[in-house]
Amino acid sequence: MKSLEELKAIREKMQGQIGIRNESSDQTRVVVGMATCGIASGARPVLTALSDAVQTKGLANVSVTQTGCIGLCQYEPIVEIYEPGKDKVTYIKMTPEKAQEVVEQHLIRGHIIQKYTIAEVLG
Amino acid sequence: MYRSHVLVCGGTGCTSSGSTKIIETLQAEINKNGLKEEVAVVQTGCHGLCALGPIVIIYPEASFYAMVKEDDIPEIVSEHLLKGRIVTRLLYTEMVTDDGLKSLNETDFYKKQHRIALRNCGVINPENIDEYIGTGGYEALGKVLTEYSPDQVIQTILDSGLRGRGGGGFPTGLKWKLAKGNDADQKYVCCNADEGDPGAFMDRSVLEGDPHVVLEAMAIAGYAIGATQGYIYVRAEYPIAVDRLEIAIAQAREYGLLGKNIFNSGFDFDIELRLGAGAFVCGEETALMTSIEGNRGEPRPRPPFPAQKGLFEKPTILNNVETYANIPQIIINGPEWFASMGTEKSKGTKVFALGGKINNTGLVEIPMGTPLREVIEEIGGGIPNGKKFKAAQTGGPSGGCIPASHFDIPIDYDNLISIGSMMGSGGLIVMDEDNCMVDIAKFFLEFTVDESCGKCTPCRIGTKRLHEILDKITNGQGTMEDLDKLEDLCYYIKENALCGLGQTAPNPVLSTLRYFKDEYVAHVIDKKCPAGVCKALLSYIIDADKCKGCTLCARICPNGAIEGKVKEIHLIDQSKCIKCGACMEKCRFGAISKR
Repeated sequence: MKSLEELKAIREKMQGQIGIRNESSDQTRVVVGMATCGIASGARPVLTALSDAVQTKGLANVSVTQTGCIGLCQYEPIVEIYEPGKDKVTYIKMTPEKAQEVVEQHLIRGHIIQKYTIAEVLG
Repeated sequence: MYRSHVLVCGGTGCTSSGSTKIIETLQAEINKNGLKEEVAVVQTGCHGLCALGPIVIIYPEASFYAMVKEDDIPEIVSEHLLKGRIVTRLLYTEMVTDDGLKSLNETDFYKKQHRIALRNCGVINPENIDEYIGTGGYEALGKVLTEYSPDQVIQTILDSGLRGRGGGGFPTGLKWKLAKGNDADQKYVCCNADEGDPGAFMDRSVLEGDPHVVLEAMAIAGYAIGATQGYIYVRAEYPIAVDRLEIAIAQAREYGLLGKNIFNSGFDFDIELRLGAGAFVCGEETALMTSIEGNRGEPRPRPPFPAQKGLFEKPTILNNVETYANIPQIIINGPEWFASMGTEKSKGTKVFALGGKINNTGLVEIPMGTPLREVIEEIGGGIPNGKKFKAAQTGGPSGGCIPASHFDIPIDYDNLISIGSMMGSGGLIVMDEDNCMVDIAKFFLEFTVDESCGKCTPCRIGTKRLHEILDKITNGQGTMEDLDKLEDLCYYIKENALCGLGQTAPNPVLSTLRYFKDEYVAHVIDKKCPAGVCKALLSYIIDADKCKGCTLCARICPNGAIEGKVKEIHLIDQSKCIKCGACMEKCRFGAISKR
């Protein structure tokens, strides 16, 4: 390595990955239901897609975690987003592709994707 | 990329309680559950709570699992990692409250800590330079080489108010300035990693948990004073630290962060390791340099000071591991940031190794000026078994005791010196009412007698005589005259010994004499050891009213000192008793007591 730019490039690449080890109370929490029902309907690829996207984009203030059964097994995979000071948003019947969109639109730009939310889908 | 990181402590404490095996089992279980692509297992440095090892922390949930056993691993993997259910029964109990889980940073142990030197310990994988860079590593070196002149670097360190963390507390910036001011064809930067105080392990933990920070800081120091070569003097008894330093040096060279023309600035700097054989005196700066030169580790008189004529007779700076660990953060965040922490004359934070009679044995970093009471009662979790605090020992064999009357003293360099102790490198040993202070002084003198290099007479013979007098007192043969002799000899050694080892060796005696003279007097006049430690002054006695004649004590006595028949009152023959206390421990009726 001969330049500060190269150092910076490594730093940015690693920052997203190490960011997972941060712990602060004002974090946005993205929670994926990973009980038997969730796993059976494909929650794992959704979870990894979310986690990868958050780390690639270097979203230091977002943590992607998992939880047990949320109780709406027929709508799994379910993703819940808790932002400090805001109402919880629940996305249902997620796929890795939809998860990508959620990261792009909701987590980065702050636009809730209404068409995937439980309120909209169940009308 | 991984969705979850499992951090396992690989410090010396957790390694000895089996963390290597934990890592293997974790990896096997993770593979078995098909999570290999999703979950990373990372070996880190020390988390500080050594008493609760082996420690496993799972992110992003930040679940802190304490005292994890191999048998617990399948449950952690299948419940937590696979299904997202935190295994509450294995969590650090402080985190579990009635209204759910508390975050680690809110627990008593971590809440009041402020981690600068230990910033990366327990967070990154010390064997991976990319992780260090990911937390901002080597940025300070880049900034210094491209934006600062050597004088600006020195001014920054001066302004920060950083003082040497090895114990002396000499201003680091001033040390660098003096070395820079001396012209020479070659200068050296050395790192003192010869941590020798009994019970101290701050430097070891930094080297094990974050070795690159030391390399980066040494390169910065090299640039500041005009040196191109650095040496780290580390004791061979720290095998994990040595391994990780070697890995770190190789990685830094590969990345061009050590070697020629770093960051295209024209600055060359390289570092080599030198392993010490463990002599305590080699932590003294001149002895350390003599040892690096390949000679027997003996101190030499100062002046000339190392900044004038140090290693190989060239201008040299020698700083302690923890001092270096602060440098990159000072460069990045600015001297004002650092100077905003601590007290008027002691800035920043200090790492302490808590040991002795304390619940949370381990490593803590606190802002200077934190009262001793807070460190022991809140962060340290208090004294086990409801015993009473008697004294804290700081500075190891060179330091002294802080008695209960100074329990509220804010810890900084000058306060500790004013009460006859010293900051030292950071060992903090807590003592309760069961510790005999004369015995403690004797323990430290025994250590210095062993470790005196023998070069100068005051230390070689003086410490031996001090130890003899203490031995006499603890055997109940001391006289009041001995106490005066003891004190006189202490001052004589302090004034005449050649190096720091000898000059500070009497401190444990002087400070216990100052605060616990009554205990000395009790040994001499009453022939009693108030704490019940000194065997020669103890006798075990059977209470005739309580003895049921069960014969248990007579059977357990290793020296056949107890006589008595079944259902008859037993008696201890004091001439045969070796005061091991086995009978008292075994008696089911509480009939045996010591006096």
